Amino acid sequence: MSLEQFKNRNIGQQNYKMIESEHTPDTGMGRFGRVVKRTFKGELFVGLYVTMREMINALFRGEMHTIKYPFEKLPISPRYRAIHDMLRLLESGHYRCIGCGLCEKICISNCIKMDTRYDEEQRKEVSEYTINFGRCIFCGYCAEVCPELAIVHGGRYENASEQRAGFSLFEDMLTPIDALKEQKEFDGFGAVTPNADNAIKKTPLAY
Amino acid sequence: MEIVNVAVLPEVTSAGVVIKAIIILAIISAIAGFGTYVERKILAFMQRRLGPMHVGPYGLLQIAADGIKLFTKEDIVPQNANKLIFKIAPSITAATAFIALAAVPIFPDFTIPEWIPLLGGTFVPSIAADINVGVLFILGMMAAGLYGPLLAGMAQANKWGIIGSARTAIQFLSYEVVTGLSILAPIMLVGSLSLVDFNAYQSGGFLSWMMWQQPVAFILFLIAGFAETNRTPFDLLEHEAEIVSGYATEYSGMRWGMFFIGEYANMITVSVLAAVIFMGGYNDLGFIAGWFIVVLKIAFIFFLMLWVRASWPHIRPDQLMWFCWKVLMPIAVVNVVITGFMMMV
Repeated sequence: MSLEQFKNRNIGQQNYKMIESEHTPDTGMGRFGRVVKRTFKGELFVGLYVTMREMINALFRGEMHTIKYPFEKLPISPRYRAIHDMLRLLESGHYRCIGCGLCEKICISNCIKMDTRYDEEQRKEVSEYTINFGRCIFCGYCAEVCPELAIVHGGRYENASEQRAGFSLFEDMLTPIDALKEQKEFDGFGAVTPNADNAIKKTPLAY
Repeated sequence: MEIVNVAVLPEVTSAGVVIKAIIILAIISAIAGFGTYVERKILAFMQRRLGPMHVGPYGLLQIAADGIKLFTKEDIVPQNANKLIFKIAPSITAATAFIALAAVPIFPDFTIPEWIPLLGGTFVPSIAADINVGVLFILGMMAAGLYGPLLAGMAQANKWGIIGSARTAIQFLSYEVVTGLSILAPIMLVGSLSLVDFNAYQSGGFLSWMMWQQPVAFILFLIAGFAETNRTPFDLLEHEAEIVSGYATEYSGMRWGMFFIGEYANMITVSVLAAVIFMGGYNDLGFIAGWFIVVLKIAFIFFLMLWVRASWPHIRPDQLMWFCWKVLMPIAVVNVVITGFMMMV
């Protein structure tokens, strides 16, 4: 790398190509010359080539962009805050929630409602737990404050429903007991996406 | 001039002509419907999309779904429209498109095999009506088809429609000259207006195709054909970005569908004309059968229209007029004059 490039601090501007717009000819002969030049330049065929190339790429090289959405889904970022999940303890299968009530307390839109009671072993038991998703703004404070990593944000972003209560009861959000093995630990809000290594780019250091 | 070898052909019976007419109507209207599917699919591929996928395997039955939709849609006639003309206009487009096909030979002559009951042994001609003004008739019919958009736009009491029909008029006046003049040079060479004679003229294999003798006329005819069928570089008539839908703004349901079928039938007519006049027609090419090679040629021209639509931008009406009158027409005239000199020398 030459020193001149090294001293150029306008990162991101070197690759712009300035288009030289030519002067519109004044004379009739000049205009005619321009027509002839443009006619035989073959730019139209470049256009045809581009579309044909894209068609061949899409059909035979697997570069089709369409995702057949309800049947295929793109992975979403672990930072995404969708409908909450209630996790279970991996050892016993019991739900993690200890009924401390911090999420109810911190909820800024007052959409979490929970009732607890003592069970026969004098442990806190969650008797009722609902999130009103008509009010929830998906700020993520509940998941952030939870000391047991019990309430987290899951990946269910398709939250259209006939009933507001459709997925807002404790049992709906709780990991099903037979799917306990598939339960994924919450990476936290700072987590990077699984394909972050591919998406990462070198920071230009030339200054 | 080359004497066309006239083989002794079986007598053309009315049954054969009727069968040919049914073939034209059934096949072309089916292909015209199927063309919409092909167009959507190819445009999608060129934009790296999938296109219609859900009705039938790979969306093949999409035409059926579209047809049901078109047939069951409410048929709206605007309040201030001239109702009679409004209702007639779509059938002008559709009917003229099919009438034009009557004088177009698509497949070679063939005789229905004897073992088929009732129709066995019937000779089916390559053309439904081999009239002696063939090319003129086809061009005239396609030009008459322009009355469809023209009347539709003026009858519907809609300003977009008026602009659409005004554009129809200027487009019609511009390119029709080029179509006629570009096709004149091949007509001079062949010495006949019948497309069967055009086909016979090019029966000497690949190198006898008219497009090698008349490359300028071929290109001019293709350009004018795009304008004739309102395809993309020249689709000023309904130019959605500017004038909503042009002449078809107020149309819905099956009336709109008839415009659509007419447009696709016209595309097929122009494809067949280009294949028969310039690209060797339905003569056998080496060992490949004539009926198959002509289907390939027609399909290629049809694909070219879709390809161009995916690639090129529209032009403005004034650019179209400038292009037709100041560029294409002089070239066509010069081409005709040079052809005439070459024939006399």
